[in-house]
Amino acid sequence: MFAATSVSSGVIVLVGAVFLACAVEMVEALTIVLAVGHTRGWRSAFEGTIVALLALAALVGAFGPALVHIPLSVLRLVVGGVLLIFGMQWLRKAILRSSGLKAMHDEDAIYKETVAELEAINSRPDRDRIAFVMAFKGVFLEGLEVVITVLTLGTSAHRLGLAVITAGVAIVLVGVTGAIVAKQLSSVPENAMKMGVGILLVSYGTFWVGEGLKVNWPANDGALVGLVCLYAIVSWLLIALIRPRRALVGSEVSA
Amino acid sequence: MSERPPLAVRLVKGFAMFWWDFLVGDTPELFAAALAIIGAVALLRIVLQENALAVALLPLLAVIALAVSVRRAQRSARK
Repeated sequence: MFAATSVSSGVIVLVGAVFLACAVEMVEALTIVLAVGHTRGWRSAFEGTIVALLALAALVGAFGPALVHIPLSVLRLVVGGVLLIFGMQWLRKAILRSSGLKAMHDEDAIYKETVAELEAINSRPDRDRIAFVMAFKGVFLEGLEVVITVLTLGTSAHRLGLAVITAGVAIVLVGVTGAIVAKQLSSVPENAMKMGVGILLVSYGTFWVGEGLKVNWPANDGALVGLVCLYAIVSWLLIALIRPRRALVGSEVSA
Repeated sequence: MSERPPLAVRLVKGFAMFWWDFLVGDTPELFAAALAIIGAVALLRIVLQENALAVALLPLLAVIALAVSVRRAQRSARK
């Protein structure tokens, strides 16, 4: 009974982390593709997107099976270290945004910026190389973060299949929603999602660094839930601590 | 006139740049902190065979690193 509870808590944290991380990256990629499509035409935007997705699938195919052959303790230490750094970066950014010290990630602004950049280039041949490259870069770079998250979380937890399926669901869900609401992606609560992802990634990072170094966690996988609670409380405290000082800073809000 | 480096060199350079931006970026203190945390816990667990202290210290050091980095960002926003 206890083992079942531990396993399910680990699975819930894994699914939550992969889903949120993929959804956030998908929102960012979709914003760029929509901007390219609306401004330069959909053909090259779709082609750039499809080629980027194929390149990402090739990366998963090449590195996914290779990761399985690395000794688990080494893999968990390396993956834990990467997730710890990556998660702390996300969490830091989300805390700074929530406290008002950093501007919120504005999808509308990114959309307008991309459109303005593309409209400044006049030529629009049948096969639009600029639109292709912009769509490819947007999808590939955001997708690379998805690939790293899915491969590292999935292989370390020995649940690569579950991680891939979760990522697929998140990508399709955001894609369909994005297609319906077109360019109103700014309504997605991106900072709250990033905060959640940051907390989950730091928790997993901490857990796997420990596992890689042969630390015996109390309650095994159940320790993940404790770590999630700890980092959530710490994030809330840090936001509360730096928020009142915002009045002193006044207009000195950084972008 | 400078020649463009070969494709292999550009790929390796791009790969290295990606990982540098991904792991270090504009928060080198978090990268250094993660290495220090791993070193400290490895010392405790593998060399000193201490488990309870490692369990407590690992998240505690991560919390301290995060707080220091947030405080650093807050200070630079004031300037």
